[in-house]
Parts: sequence; C-alpha cells; structure tokens
Amino acid sequence: MSGASAVSGVSGVSGASVDPATASGYPDHPPRMGFFTDTSVCIGCKACEVACKEWNHIPEDGLSLTGMSYDNSIRLSADTWRHVAFIEQRQPRAEPDPAHAGDVRWLMASDVCKHCTHAACLDVCPTGSLFRTEFGTVVVQEDICNGCGYCIPACPYGVIDQRKGDGRAWKCTLCYDRISVGTAPACAQACPTESIQFGPLDELRARAQRRVEAMHDAGVTDARLYGHDPADGVGGDGAFFLLLDEPEVYGLPPDPVVTTRDLTAIWKKVGLAALTVAAAGIASFVRAPR
Amino acid sequence: MSDVTGQGVEGARPGREAMTGASTNGAGGGNRRGRAGRGEQSMVPNAEFTSYYGLPIVNAPVWHSPDIPGYLFLGGLAGASSVLAAGAQFTGRRDLAVRSKAVAAGAITLSAAALVHDLGRPSRFYNMLRVLKPSSPMSVGSWLLAAYGPAAGVAGTTAVLGRFRRVGVGATAAAAVLGPAVATYTAALLCDTAVPAWHEGYREMPFLFAGSSAAAAGGVGLITAPFEQSGPARRLAVVGAVLETVAAQRMEQRLGVVGEPYRQGLAGRYLKAGRALTATGLIVALAGKRSRAARMVAGTALAAGSAFTRFGIFEAGKQSAADPKYTVEPQRQRISNRAGAS
Repeated sequence: MSGASAVSGVSGVSGASVDPATASGYPDHPPRMGFFTDTSVCIGCKACEVACKEWNHIPEDGLSLTGMSYDNSIRLSADTWRHVAFIEQRQPRAEPDPAHAGDVRWLMASDVCKHCTHAACLDVCPTGSLFRTEFGTVVVQEDICNGCGYCIPACPYGVIDQRKGDGRAWKCTLCYDRISVGTAPACAQACPTESIQFGPLDELRARAQRRVEAMHDAGVTDARLYGHDPADGVGGDGAFFLLLDEPEVYGLPPDPVVTTRDLTAIWKKVGLAALTVAAAGIASFVRAPR
Repeated sequence: MSDVTGQGVEGARPGREAMTGASTNGAGGGNRRGRAGRGEQSMVPNAEFTSYYGLPIVNAPVWHSPDIPGYLFLGGLAGASSVLAAGAQFTGRRDLAVRSKAVAAGAITLSAAALVHDLGRPSRFYNMLRVLKPSSPMSVGSWLLAAYGPAAGVAGTTAVLGRFRRVGVGATAAAAVLGPAVATYTAALLCDTAVPAWHEGYREMPFLFAGSSAAAAGGVGLITAPFEQSGPARRLAVVGAVLETVAAQRMEQRLGVVGEPYRQGLAGRYLKAGRALTATGLIVALAGKRSRAARMVAGTALAAGSAFTRFGIFEAGKQSAADPKYTVEPQRQRISNRAGAS
C-alpha cells in the first residue's frame, strides 16, 4: 500500500479519460468500481446512512432536530459518509398518476464521497495516508493519518472532514473491505429502491445515460446527470448522480475543479517570489552610488 | 460482479425504472435561480442564488489560530532573516549577522512547535517525512523545513556562542539558500485548496508573502541592529513593505466578488490594521534613519503589519469557505462563459 500511495501522489491532471488505478501504478487491476445514485427514485428512508454507520463503526455525532425538512444529519462529515438531503419545493407538477398531482415536490438525494478521478485530497496528502485502491477509489489509511487537515479544505465537494476528539480525517471508503471480497457496499446493499447502484463505472455510466434519456422522453426535462463526465474539472467522479435540479440546490458545486490542476502555475509563482526575496536581500546590501 | 445488487442485471426490480412527476412550468422548473442571459458578464451577485439551507459547500480549514497564521508570519520572518544574516555575514556587519541568525533560529523553532501542535495527531508528526510528493505543498514544505530548520538552528547557535566558525558559515549559507523558499512556499500551501479566496488569489499571494516576509525580517533587523549596520535591514524592509502592499491591493482588485472576504469581518479588520501598520512603518523607516526610537517604531510597525496581514489572509480563507456564494457564483460564471464561448 505504501508503494502505491507514493506513486499515486502524482496523478496526471491533464487528459480526459484516465484510469486512476493504472495511473497510480497498478499494472493489473479489477475494473473501476463506483456508485450511480439516481435521486429520482430516492424515498428518503436513510437506510444508506444507517447501514454505513453500522458497517463502518462510525461514532454517533449528535442527535438533534434541525428543522431542515427531514434532514437531521446536515451534511457529509467525518461521521456521516452517506447523507440524505431533503429539499421541499413549491411548483405545479403533473404526476404519472393524476391522483398524486400537486404543487409541492420533495427532492431527496443520498450524497457520498465522489471518489474523483483527479482527487485533490489524495494529491495534497503529505503522509501518503490517502491512497488510490486497485478499484480506482480513494481511501484513508487511519494508521498513517497524522491529522494535518490539508485534505479537508482541498476537497472541492467538502466531503472529507476531521473527526472531533480523534484528530484524523475520515470519509467514505466505498466499503473497501466489502468490495474486496465481491460484496456491494453497505449503503447500496441497504437501499430499498436501488437509488444507490454499485458496479463497474463503465456499466453505471451507460445505464445512467439510458435512464436520463428515458426520463426526458417521459417529460421530466429537469433530470440531469452530475459527475458522470470524464472531461469535467475532476476528470469525472467515481460516484455520480442523477439530479432533478441544479447541483447547488442539493449543496453540490456546479463546476468543481481539482485544485492541483493549477499547482504547476502556483509553484512557478512561488519560485519567482522566492527569487524576489533573494534578489531583494542581495540588493539591500548594494550601496547606492553617491 | 457486474451488477449493482449482486443478483445479476436480470434480478433488478422495476423500482429503479419508476418515473417521477414532471414540472408543468417547462424545463428546469424546479430551479429558482433567475437565469441570466447566456454569456452575460454580470459582476453583480445573483439575487436568487440558491444553496442547500445556506450551508457551505467546501469545508473551511480546520487549522487553528494562532498556530497556522502565526507560522505563516514566523516562517516568513525566519526565511527572510536568514537572507539578511548571510548578506551581513559576507559584508562584515557582524552584529546584524549574529542577531538576524538568532531571530531566524528562534522563529523557526517556534514555527515547528506551532505546526506540530496543530496536528490532529501530534505524536505522528514524523509521518510528514514518510513520502515526498510535489503534488502536496505541505509535503514539500515539510522536507524544506527538515533541511532549513537545522541549518538555521546551527547558524543561530554557532553565531550566538561564537564558536565553530566554519560550521557556522556553511549553515548560514545553506539557510540563506533555503530561506526564500521557506518564506514563500506557504502561499502554495494556502492556494492549493478549494477555498475560493485563497485558490483564486494564487497569482499574487506568493509575492504578497515574499513582501511580507522581507518587511518583517527587515523590520526586526531595524530593531536589533546598531545604526551603522542597519542600512540593509531598512532597504529590505522598505522593498518588502511596498511589495506586500502592492500585491495585496492587486489581489483584492482582481478577485472581485471572491475577494470580498478580504474586506469583511475579522479578516477585513486584520488586513486593514496590517495595511495601516505597514504604511506607518514604511514612512517612519524612510523618515527617521538616525533616531533609534524611530527605528524601533518602524521595525515594530512593519513586523506587526506583516503579522496582521497573515492573520487576515488566514481568516479570509475561513470566511470564504463558510459562504456557499463564493463557491457557487464563480463556478456558475465559468459555466455561462463556456456556454457563451461555444
């Protein structure tokens, strides 16, 4: 693992369709696995949240009522690796069954770590604690993490977070332990409507494309895919979504970019700035001619 | 294992094919955003900006104050002081050399303590040297500090003790070579994040930090050096103060809405205080060369100005991450620019 983590730090940020496991130095690896979360069939049962907490032994992190519709876990955090968002909207609607027609729509969506192709958390991790698995997912090694916290503001989605009283960074592992033995992640296993679908990313992307087309044909024109495009700012997500409104309505960034895409430009500026300090230092010892 | 349920594709229940209701006010009916004309270059915040209950999208840094902003200041002070010390050493300004080396050694020791203290698991600080990753400014910085810290420490100790001259000269030179990198890499540390006010400021922030470091080191040099050796410290301080002020000005102007956190709240107050102190220090340093009191005032104001500026930039990052507006609006603008271009 440590060998892979050292290599995976240098993930080529350019290039549209990169296989992250290959780029991280796995010569022979299983297909890239991921999630397709189709929010149009989510019923807000939170079985995913519960299954994730149970399976991964995530500690309790507060039991409170927020007043944010039925959302009491608020957002993804060190202790919430699946988060179901609830959005209440008032708008006229036509339902397949006219008896259900009304003017309120209730959006529900189960959010999760995106397991980016170009993962900022992994790029900036100074210890190699974050690494790329053979499945193309991104996982924290908790016996390595020293709680520097750099991954936390680096994530364009605000996913990875520091656990209070523990100090280390935690997030979804895409159930590395379960998928390593051929089992679906706990959340996907528990989802009663198959809103959370787990499988090889290629298959999921093809299936999602068919689904969004079927929805458009049925008149649901606000259906759209999010995070499916390998040409986007993070090289495509390993966990992508079908949404029924703009991403920011669900608390997702509309056009995320991996921060390390600009790192070469940043290092060039830093190099020039360092030379400026050296030059200013030397110049200050040169006496002006009288 | 090609299926989602482990039961094969055929085993899929029809549930996930279920159709949802369609909006009857046309496409994107659920979108409450007042959609501006495509390609419009509006700099005015969208009045109907949407978010999920106003919650932030990116996570604010979990780094603590004063540990990390204090380190930004002390690391800059140390790095630039090492440059000043080497210049003084090789031009025979003995007092300035000894005192600047002592300042660098002291500042970098405090820095190391602050950095380890800020870790979630301080006892694992040595994991910083487990790998070397150019993609992580913190990894690069850790190795830089691992080389610079001992060099500055040896340079400072031998200078103060007045022994092991040869070792001291080597350490002084090494610290002077690494010092400028120590003073400026921290800009990459902040800019290489998803925090909008930091990331978008990457063109100017390295120069802002360069100037701030030079102003702090020059300012402290003005305080410690005797008059006849204080010329280089004054010149370094003046150049640094000007660079710090100009770079900050340019960054805020270029960033527009994303730069708002640099003008508001605690960050705005820190940065305003920093600007006033730096300006005061600059004027007094230029006006009162011969007066010891003037040099003390100028040096203190310049160092304090540098420190306030670092604290302000740190707080601005936290404020910028806390409001989803700064994450969503520039991204929306990017999308509409792309749509307008194609």
